[in-house]
Amino acid sequence: MKFNIWVQKNQNRMTAAIAILIVVSFAAKFLNIPMVETPAMIIASIVGAIPVFLHAWTALMNKVISIELLVSIAVIGAFVIGEYEESAVVTFLFLFGSYLEQRTLQKTRSSVKNLTKMAPTTAEVVDEAGNISTVDVDDVDEGDHVIVKPGGQIPVDGKIIEGKGYMNEASITGESTPVEKTVGDKVFAGSLTDNGTITVETTSVGEDTTFGKIIELVEEAQDSASPAARFIDKFATYYTPAVLVIGILVWIFTQDFPLAITVLVLGCPGALVIGAPVSNVAGIGNGAKNGILMKGGNVVNTFSKVDTLVLDKTGTLTTGQMSVSELTHFGNEKESDMALLSAVEGTSDHPLGRAIVKHIDSENVKATTDLPELDTVKGQGLQSTDGNILVGNERLMKANNVVISEDARKAIDARINQGDSIVLMAVNKELKIVVGVNDQLRSDAFEGLTALKKAGIKRVVMLTGDNKIAAQHVADRLPIDEVHAELLPEQKVDFVKKFTDEGHHVAFVGDGINDSPSLATADIGIGMGTGTDVAIETADVVLVKSSFDALAHSYVLAKKTVANTKENIIIAVGTVALLLIGLLVGVIHMASGMFVHEFSILVVILNAMRLLRIKSFKKAPKLDSNQVKVA
Amino acid sequence: MAKVVLQLGELTCPSCMTKIQKAVSNQDGVSDVKVMFNAGKVKADIDESKVTGEDLGKVITELGYEVKKIKTKEIA
Repeated sequence: MKFNIWVQKNQNRMTAAIAILIVVSFAAKFLNIPMVETPAMIIASIVGAIPVFLHAWTALMNKVISIELLVSIAVIGAFVIGEYEESAVVTFLFLFGSYLEQRTLQKTRSSVKNLTKMAPTTAEVVDEAGNISTVDVDDVDEGDHVIVKPGGQIPVDGKIIEGKGYMNEASITGESTPVEKTVGDKVFAGSLTDNGTITVETTSVGEDTTFGKIIELVEEAQDSASPAARFIDKFATYYTPAVLVIGILVWIFTQDFPLAITVLVLGCPGALVIGAPVSNVAGIGNGAKNGILMKGGNVVNTFSKVDTLVLDKTGTLTTGQMSVSELTHFGNEKESDMALLSAVEGTSDHPLGRAIVKHIDSENVKATTDLPELDTVKGQGLQSTDGNILVGNERLMKANNVVISEDARKAIDARINQGDSIVLMAVNKELKIVVGVNDQLRSDAFEGLTALKKAGIKRVVMLTGDNKIAAQHVADRLPIDEVHAELLPEQKVDFVKKFTDEGHHVAFVGDGINDSPSLATADIGIGMGTGTDVAIETADVVLVKSSFDALAHSYVLAKKTVANTKENIIIAVGTVALLLIGLLVGVIHMASGMFVHEFSILVVILNAMRLLRIKSFKKAPKLDSNQVKVA
Repeated sequence: MAKVVLQLGELTCPSCMTKIQKAVSNQDGVSDVKVMFNAGKVKADIDESKVTGEDLGKVITELGYEVKKIKTKEIA
């Protein structure tokens, strides 16, 4: 069996040798040296036949009738009747074809290979005595302490127990802006430290890490065939033996041996078996490269048919991060009032407070340092112990008899109508500041939804547990056709069910945390999370990048992948039909038939490679919610 | 029981898959064999008292395919 492995390793060299021999033979024919012409072809045939025979034989041993068997019989046949030229050229084309297939297939698989290459291989483990040793990642155990130096790759999922630094988590989240992480923060295998040395306590290793799961998911997805591919797989298992039988029948009935062996070569199912899987690999690979995980050919197929897109609002259409939409000031001391507000809100951890502090910071106003003592008034806000400073909602103002002027009233109502949350500040019973805080729309939501509609989504529905005004407000700014507000999670599921019952193909987009029932109920559940375990497992499509750009890209990709699969099947079936016609009218022979076959295989692979080049609809420029509003 | 993952060289013909699938499945103590065409991987559950990951590697090598890496993981 050593010979078998040697042949496998040297197959490309053998192919090159055959090519040279064939050229020599043709040259000899041209120069009229018959002493060289025929022997060269005979040697070429024998050298070429060896790897083909070996493949055919090992397959036969395992009761598989392979393409190689068809070719082997045809080559032996041609050899027996003295058609050395045919036998040599057929084996050469067959081997050269597999070489090209291998090279091009590598390209279609490159996206995932590149991802796999980023997987960590070794870790520096620190033992209790403080000794550092380099070990294979597979040998790192849960609880082990691992040290990562600046610029190094984090080998495991875990928690920082010492040090801090900026992490580049592009391999997990698709986001290449470094994130600062310190003691207690979670870090992910596959991410890189930009600076700082950290010690990590291992929580999971290898395939159990988020990165490992992503790779495994993509690999499984590429190998889980679409319905079309599965049908062809089944078909091919019967097709190849059937060709063999037809070849024998042709021989029996026509007594035309050359015709019978030609049928065997022409009947090879080449492009047919490779056409569908190769589209799938390229399409899913393109997604993986862009932070889109589509779980298999089946998902791609269903996704391509989706016409109704149902979206959750908070965390999906919006970022879930609050921001100030407008700050209105009354009176003369704007800057000092803002400085005071910033200081008061600085003491609170409330998202509204943080948004306000961030906004005032961005106006280059520094928070006041001498702050009186503050008390929290539950459900209303904050007030100074002496009661002179009030920061909170309208209830707090009313409780303290703060007069709200007509202008202030207008400002407040305007913000409420925009769906904002309101924060007010009064000093000495006088209303000074009205702030509207908005949950920010995702910067590319408008463009993303527009692109999705252009690509074939007929209806966009927003479901939310939020109040009607806030919901309508978001919907007004986006190309959304239908809004349903104040819903409980189970009511969201009912809507999704209703749409599917009406015969629509529904995709549900959510963060996957509290809406997993809807994700599961829809034809396609799309998780727009940040690489959390929940979303990865429940969703059919995971957008690790969490952008509408990625959402639109995934939909377009699904459609193009399905179209590409169909094209490939048409090319493959068309080739077989053309070859048969060619055979019947007598223009196709064994060698030319093999050539057409190998050519068609390359055509389907090259066609699939087009899928690798599809770009997302637009590299969206960063817009803030105010700019989107104008649009 | 253990799970074996064998990383092979590039697989190019889908018929190789069937061949590997059948050859590996035919070994004693092997169940749930999965050949991944694109990833070039073979995954299988094995009964360690009957067969090892290295045995499967040998079977595949004898079929004429390169085996790059064999990983065996205990499962409870």
